[in-house]
Parts: sequence; structure tokens; C-alpha cells
Amino acid sequence: MSQRKDWRKREKKEHPGLLYMLPATLPLLGMPLPGAGAGVADGAAGESVLPPAGLALLRWQWHEVEAPYLVAVWILVASLAKIVFHLSRKVTSVVPESCLLILLGLVLGGIVLAVAKKAEYQLEPGTFFLFLLPPIVLDSGYFMPSRLFFDNLGAILTYAVVGTLWNSFTTGAALWGIQQAGLMAPTVQAGLLDFLLFGSLISAVDPVAVLAVFEEVHVNETLFIIVFGESLLNDAVTVVLYKVYNSFVEMGSVNVQAIDYVKGVASLFVVSLGGAAVGLVFAFLLALTTRFTKRVRIIEPLLVFLLAYAAYLTAEMASLSAILAVTMCGVGCKKYVEANISHKSRTAVKYTMKTLASCAETVIFMLLGISAVDSSKWAWDTGLVLGTLFFILLFRALGVVLQTWVLNQFRLVPLDKIDQVVMSYGGLRGAVAFALVILLDKTKVPAKDYFVATTIVVVFFTVIVQGLTIKPLVKWLKVKRSDHHKPTLNQELHEHTFDHILAAVEDVVGHHGYHYWRDRWEQFDKKYLSQLLMRRSAYRIRDQIWDVYYKLNIRDAISFVDQGGHVLSSAGLTLPSMPSRNSAAETSVTNLLRESGSGACLDLQVIDTVRSGKDREDAIMHHLLSGGLYKPRRRYKASCSRHFISEDAQARQDKEVFQQNMKRRLESFKSTKHNVCLSKSKLRLRKAGRKVIPSPCFCSRPAAVILAVESEEESDSSETEKEDDEGIVFVARATNEVFREHKVPGSMEVCPSPCIIPPSPTCAEKELPWKSGQGDLAVYVSSETTKIVPVDMQTGWNQSISSLESLASPPCAQAALRAAHPLACPLPRGDELRDPLAALVTPSPESHAGFTFTPSLAKAGRSRSESSADAPEQQELQPLMAPEDRGCLSPGTANARWLIQFNRAGRL
Amino acid sequence: MGSSQSMSEEVRELVGKTGFSSDQIEQLHRRFKQLSGNQPTIRKENFNNIPDLELNPIRSKIIRAFFDNRNLRKAPSGLADEINFEDFLTIMSYFRPIETNVGEEQLEHCRKEKLRFLFHMYDSDSDGRITLEEYRNVVEELLSGNPHIEKESARSIADGAMMEAASVCVGQMQPDQVYEGITFDDFLKIWQGIDIETKMHVRFLNMETIALCH
Repeated sequence: MSQRKDWRKREKKEHPGLLYMLPATLPLLGMPLPGAGAGVADGAAGESVLPPAGLALLRWQWHEVEAPYLVAVWILVASLAKIVFHLSRKVTSVVPESCLLILLGLVLGGIVLAVAKKAEYQLEPGTFFLFLLPPIVLDSGYFMPSRLFFDNLGAILTYAVVGTLWNSFTTGAALWGIQQAGLMAPTVQAGLLDFLLFGSLISAVDPVAVLAVFEEVHVNETLFIIVFGESLLNDAVTVVLYKVYNSFVEMGSVNVQAIDYVKGVASLFVVSLGGAAVGLVFAFLLALTTRFTKRVRIIEPLLVFLLAYAAYLTAEMASLSAILAVTMCGVGCKKYVEANISHKSRTAVKYTMKTLASCAETVIFMLLGISAVDSSKWAWDTGLVLGTLFFILLFRALGVVLQTWVLNQFRLVPLDKIDQVVMSYGGLRGAVAFALVILLDKTKVPAKDYFVATTIVVVFFTVIVQGLTIKPLVKWLKVKRSDHHKPTLNQELHEHTFDHILAAVEDVVGHHGYHYWRDRWEQFDKKYLSQLLMRRSAYRIRDQIWDVYYKLNIRDAISFVDQGGHVLSSAGLTLPSMPSRNSAAETSVTNLLRESGSGACLDLQVIDTVRSGKDREDAIMHHLLSGGLYKPRRRYKASCSRHFISEDAQARQDKEVFQQNMKRRLESFKSTKHNVCLSKSKLRLRKAGRKVIPSPCFCSRPAAVILAVESEEESDSSETEKEDDEGIVFVARATNEVFREHKVPGSMEVCPSPCIIPPSPTCAEKELPWKSGQGDLAVYVSSETTKIVPVDMQTGWNQSISSLESLASPPCAQAALRAAHPLACPLPRGDELRDPLAALVTPSPESHAGFTFTPSLAKAGRSRSESSADAPEQQELQPLMAPEDRGCLSPGTANARWLIQFNRAGRL
Repeated sequence: MGSSQSMSEEVRELVGKTGFSSDQIEQLHRRFKQLSGNQPTIRKENFNNIPDLELNPIRSKIIRAFFDNRNLRKAPSGLADEINFEDFLTIMSYFRPIETNVGEEQLEHCRKEKLRFLFHMYDSDSDGRITLEEYRNVVEELLSGNPHIEKESARSIADGAMMEAASVCVGQMQPDQVYEGITFDDFLKIWQGIDIETKMHVRFLNMETIALCH
């Protein structure tokens, strides 16, 4: 209580500024849009009467902007109020936001009343249904967990249809009963039909209120989806009942004929199924449209909103259930739209939707509070109010218990008593009821004022009292909460397996149950719908498991970057990869180099077709260099386009860092597999001043991760790059191509090709797979580029640049699993390595030793930490190397396996 | 149907063993005969006659599970050539909904049994571990429904999952530590906190019979 007072004080403090506004704003709320027209007309009239007295320096044109201005101000006030509420965590953790907003509305309404001496602002049904409700419903439909929704569809439909019918009949009849019993004032002039009409509007659970309260109470998802789904789907029933009764009342009960009852029942089906059909049609259109937006990405989010809104308006126009239409549109289109639109558009859709919904919700609750102040529309009758409150609670509970009992006969996981309590208690009423009651015609329904008062009380009671108490209740009853664990790959895989198993078991049993039909639907979707509605590129990679994998990778990568790239999360995956779309052939290293046109290309060595163990060391050295060097920040042309969003330099910079990090992770993964530790913190090399472009690089191991990080921006920006710093590219080339002429700055020119120095064969070399007779297996590298960065999957595919770093298989399972700890080793060594590395990078005479892969370096095996001449470190590496050597020392089996992988890599 | 009177000793025994109601057993028996072509046992080939099963990407694994001695609770490894009706029921009982009124312990047991079934499906060589190879195998099959996802991707997904499993089960690994495969205990760990109550149940009968057995 004290908290709320405290809050009120704060609110009041906030108000003075608004007070000035309010008298002026009064004309608005009634009719925002007509108001605007009138304002313009006024202004025009005024001007024509008075001849202009010269050029006015300043003109005050309030009327011209009045309507939109007021709308903006109201939303602003609501948003500010939200901010204020959330300043105190204590308040919002106890009191749901909807309560606070209603109270704020009451206060504001009171102020308006005090200032204007009449209540002006109202929640207008027209505004509510046309502008405020659709965003909320769209938001809830679009982000509906569809699997959960359809899993529980039976229960949801039962509660929505049977429950709502039951509630409205019983409440209406019972109210009529107490009127007949004389418990109401005689001024309440209403017959049975009036009460039934009132019952129909007061009995529907309100999606806005339910969502507002239940989002803060984290009950388990089944419970949530049932209550929430019910509140969305019961709209059809409410609309039908309301309309039917309303027309009955208007016709007069005497004139209602039997055929009208039949029509009433029929209209239930027409309205609900029609609404759903409209929604699905628009969902189809929406999905189809987004398929073709490849070149106009910028309008993608807009399309989603426009078509969904069109669905709503169409349904409303045909007097079908508009809420149902938008819900179905959202549920139906999501899968395809998400697959089609770009990553950024997805984010835009998400945030815009959430923003709109939250705005609308805020405004609704605030206006509800304000509307309640208007006492001219009220007529209080204690009997009616108390009776209604009592009956809606009673019959809701009764209905839930009865229906649940029936449902539990069929449900595999029955709803227990606690669930039922929460469901009964969670039946909140809200703005829909209020808007409907305002819409009643007073000449036809003489008791309208009483109904309005009762509705307001009911809405306030359910939102404030029940909203306040439901959280403690849920806690007290120990309702199963939803545990928010992140989806894991294993879980996703297992669940898929489960789905298939269940479908198979149903097939075996010969029972066409839920899983059977779900399976059928998925087949159908895969075969026809997805093909039709998804872009080919999106359709190809469309798979849930893949999605999860992708998301996890991104999440992991982001968290990795967030942690500054120093700490690797152990929970995460370390192999970000993409499915390989393009064959490697077109994108060989050299091609890419040419394309990218990077300034200088320093060929470290030209590798002969004869593969030797030296390759490995060279490649490792190469990775070390290319991985450790920071890509220079380039200058980009300032570009400004209305139709295309270009990333700013900062974003690119971030992306580079991101790429760097990802690449290093890959390397670390790979290197642990190969018992080589890579430095982690080479990023700081940037400070060393050399700017070197990490280039697509060359992997000497079939089992290695290909880690080139070359994305489309590379080629995009090649021109700008040229005017910029000359980058240096270290390449280990697989071909005997002619040494290209390069503009090698300074002393780099004299860098000798290291192949001149014949390295002494090492133990490892002898064991190398390609040494044992497979010398000329064409390429042991897939020199594909990898796009690790989740910049935009779509463009990635389309531009044929992104592709899989083929995470080739390690020699054996053990080796692969060592990858599980790529995180453990290299961190501390980074610092030690940095200095020698810096030396390597700087083109000074000393560094030549580093470049030329001296025999000693070669001998050091894969441990390029030799270059740091750090003996202890090498010892540290020893245990790491051991298993690998063991693996390689059994040539018979190992080689066979190697060969397979070899070939696969070559095929890539 | 008067099944209670005609319930033979044999059926009663099966009821006790598998927990199915006699009606369910009767219905399953009918289906069993239909599948086997009125033979006393079912062989693998019989499953090929089920047309709906053909689209299932992990069909072979599932059918294999029906003949897995571990699932039949007969032997620690190996495959049976054919299964009789009782075995069929044993397999089916893995998918029976958990009764509502059982204790916590029983519930845990049921859960474990169901997970064990899944585990056995992955662990094809019955060595008590899901090795990387086995895991990859399953994932490849799972993804085989989508021709556009290549084996490589399936492999990397399996690798990722394996690493994830390793990090869940072992935590931070030492450099020279090797994670050999997911044991059943690890498997339970992975499933920790996930409701499988809703996930591994099949409604065996039409609604009337379910209502009857309540």
C-alpha cells in the first residue's frame, strides 16, 4: 500500500507540466481522426476571413497538429509512466504493470475531470478495436509458441468455446435470477435477453489483461498457453454471442423467431471459421510476398505489419472474428516469413511488434482508468455489481473444473487441481468487455449505464485484485513454474527423435493419433508448402535441428565476443559452421585473392604438389600469422540510401573483431585436435602497428577446420581498401602458380620462399597420411571460404560466398572430443606469444628467421611455439601431443581412416 | 464387449506385466496379428509392410529397437530375429502414459525406462556408451529427410552436440582428458530438467476405451 502511495506521489510530481497541456488536449480523445479534419477546416476558415496582416514571423497552428500531437503525447505519457514504474524494482515485482497503469489512468482522469469539469477522454470502442487491439493480438499470435499451442489445441478450444458459452449463459441467467428475486434496484430495467447480452460481454477472458498479468507470473508453459490461447480464441464466441444477443435485443424478444436461433448458432461457425480462414489466407499471401523481397529488404518488416493489419480489417469488415484472423495470420506465417526475411528484418519485426503491442497495451490500461472517472455514464447498483463479481468468479471456477474433468479423461498429461485453480483465477476481464459495453445502444438497452459501471468494476477488480494476488497465489500453491533453460542441441536432437519414434509407434499400432497427423502435416509442409512459400535458398537449409545449431553457434559466438574474446564458454559449441552450399572449386584461395584485390600478397611459400610434413608446420605457421593479425580498419565511403541500410564503420569493425574471434576459436578447436595450442590474445597485435589482412587460408590437414574468414564485404570494399593501407596477405598456396607480382612494401620484398630450405623430415612427417603412398591425392584442403559471421545468413547464401568450413572429422572419436576442451589450454600463453609474434609480423631483418621456417622450426613439429623459444611452454605441450602421435603411429588402421577423410575433404 | 469375463489367464498375466488394460491388449493383439499375417511372431520384414512408416527418416533405427534384446529385457546385447506378442507389448509399454497416481519413485523409474529406450536406440553397439560415431549416425539419419543438408553438416551438428554433452557431463576438461562417449548417466544428466512426460507417450486406444479403463 505504502508503495503505491509513494508511487502516486511520484506521479503527481510528474504532472504539473502536463496540466497545462490537458485543457488544450481535451477535444482529442473522443475522435482523434475526425478531430484532425475539423482542425484543418477551422484553420482554413479563419484564414479566409481575416486578410493576412503581412508575413507572420511565427504562427501558432495548434489546430493543425492537434490530433496527432495529442496521440503522441498520450503515448509519451504512458511510456514515461512505464519508465517511472520500472525505476523501482520493488514496486513492479509486486504490482503488475497493468494495475499501475489503470491507477495512473484514474489519477489522470481525475485531473482532467477537475480541470475541465467534465470527463473528456474515453476509451473509444472504435479506436480500441481498430488501432489498439490489433498490435497486441498480432504480437501474441506471431510469437505464439506454435508447437505448444497446437499440442494443447483441444484443451484450448474447449475452454474457449464451451467455457465461454457456459460462462455467458450461466452468468446472464443467474443475474436475471437475482433481479427476479428482487435483489437489484427496480431502476435496472433489463430482461433476460439484456442480461444474457451483458453476460456474453462480461464472460470472455481478455487477451490483453491475461497477457499483461501472466507474462509477469511465470507459470509453466502448458498452463500459460491454455489460459492465453483461450483468451485469444474465445473472441469468436464473444463476438458472435454479443452480436446475436444485440440483434435480438434490438429486434425485441417478441420478434425473435426460431430461425434466428438457428442463424445464431450457424453464425458461430461462420464467424470463427471465417475469421480463421481470412487469417490463413493472409498468412499465405504474406509468406508468398516475402519470398520475393530479396532486393527490397527494407520493406520486409512493413509487409508483415501491413498484411496482418489487412487481415484484421478484412475480417472486421466481413464481421468475422478479427482477433482470430490476426492470430491465425501470425501463427501461420511466422515459419515462412522468418525463413524468408533477412536477419535484420527479423529483428526489426520483432522489436516493432513488441513496441507497438506494449504501447497499445499501456494506452489501453491508462484509458481504461481514465474512462472509469466519467461518472456521467455510470449508474451504480450494488446488487448488480456484487452479483456479477460473484457469479463470474463462481462460474468461471465451476466451468474450469467441469471442463477439466472431461478433458482429463483424454489428456495424456492431466491438468491437476492447482492448475485448475490458477486457470479459474486467471480469468481476467479487460478492455474488450469495456469497449463492447460502451458500444451498446442506450435506447435499446435501457440498463446500459448500470452495465457500464458493473463492467468497469469487474475489469478493475480482475485486473487489480486478481492481478495483484495471482503472483502470491502461484507461489503459495507451488505451481510448476516454467524453467527457462536455453535450448540445447542435444535436447533438440532428442526431441526430434522422439517425434519420429512416436509417429512410428503410432504407425505400428495402426492408430492415427496426434503424432500421426502431425507427421503427415510436416511431410505435406515440407513437400509443398515450404517449397512454395520459402525462398529456395531458405528452404534448402530449413531444418529445425539446423536452426538450433545455428542459433546456438551464434549465441555462443556472441557471448564469446562479449567476453572480450578471452574466456571461452565451456558450455558452448566451438564449431561454428555452415552448410556448404558452393563447391570449393570456384572459390579457391587464389581466386579469392584476386577478387579481393588486396594490395599486397606475400607469398610465403609455393608448395609443391608433393606434400610433406613440412606443410603442416607451414600451415600452422600460416594460421598463426593470419589468425593473429588484426585486419586493419578500412575507410569506407559514406553512403546514404533510403532503400538500403549500409553498415557503418563501427559495425564493420565489430564484425571484423567478431570474425577474428570466431576464427581464432575455430583454430583453437582445430589445434587442440591437433595438439597445438594457439594464442588467444593476439588481437592485441593491432597495437603492434602492422596491418595485415587475414586472408583465406590454407589448411594442410584434411581433418582440419577450414578457417578462412572472408565475407562479402571483403570484395565489396576492395576499392576503398586500395586507397587505404596496403594490407599484407599471407598465403600458403597449394598450386604451382606463377609467383605473382606484388607491391610489397619495404623489406617484405626480400622475403624468401621458405621452400628453399629443405626441412628435415620429422617423425610426424613420416607418419603423414599422404606420405604413405597417397602422395598425389589432389587436394587435401577445402579452400572454401567460411562465413562464420551471422551477419545475414540470407545474403550469405545468395552471394555464394558463405559456405561451410568443412569440419572434417578428426582421426578418431577421441581426437574429436579433445575438442571439447579447446578452451582449456591456450589462454595464458597468449601473452608469451605475443612478443615473438609481433616480431614475426614486423618486417624487420630478424623476423626473416621466423618467416623462413627454419629446420629447427620444422623439427619442432606442430608446435610453433618454438618460435617463442620458450622451453617450458613446449614441455607443456608434450602431453597434448602424445595421443595424436599414438594415433598416427598405427599406420594400418589410422591410414585407412585418414584416407577416407582425405577423400572427403578432396571432394569438397 | 464383456472382456472382463472372457479375460483369459494369459491376458491377465500380460496386464500385470505390461500395465496395459485388457482392452488395450486385445486391440494390440489384433494389430499384431495384422502385422504378422496371423503368425505368432513378427519379423523385421513385417514392418516394411507398414506404408506410413516409409517416410520416417529413422525408420531403420526404430524397427531395430523393436528387436533389441536390451529393450526386450532379454539380454544385454544383440538383436532378436523375431518377437512374439509379449515382446511386442513390452516394447509398446515403453510408450504407455505414466499413471497419475504413482509415487515419485515410480515416476522416476518410468522416466528412466523411457530414456533408456532412447539411449539404446543411439547406442547401437550395446557398449553402454554413445560414441561419436553412433551419434553421427543417428543425426545423419535424422537429417536425411532433407536432401539439402549434407552429411558434413549433419556431422558437425553431431560433433557440436557431442561437445555440448561433454561440457554438460564433464565440465571443463583437462587437456589430456578424453570424452569417450555419452554413458547412460550422462544421458540422464542431459535430460535433467526436461519434462519427458509429454514427450514419449502415445495414445494407444480410441477414446472410449481410455475412458473405460479409468
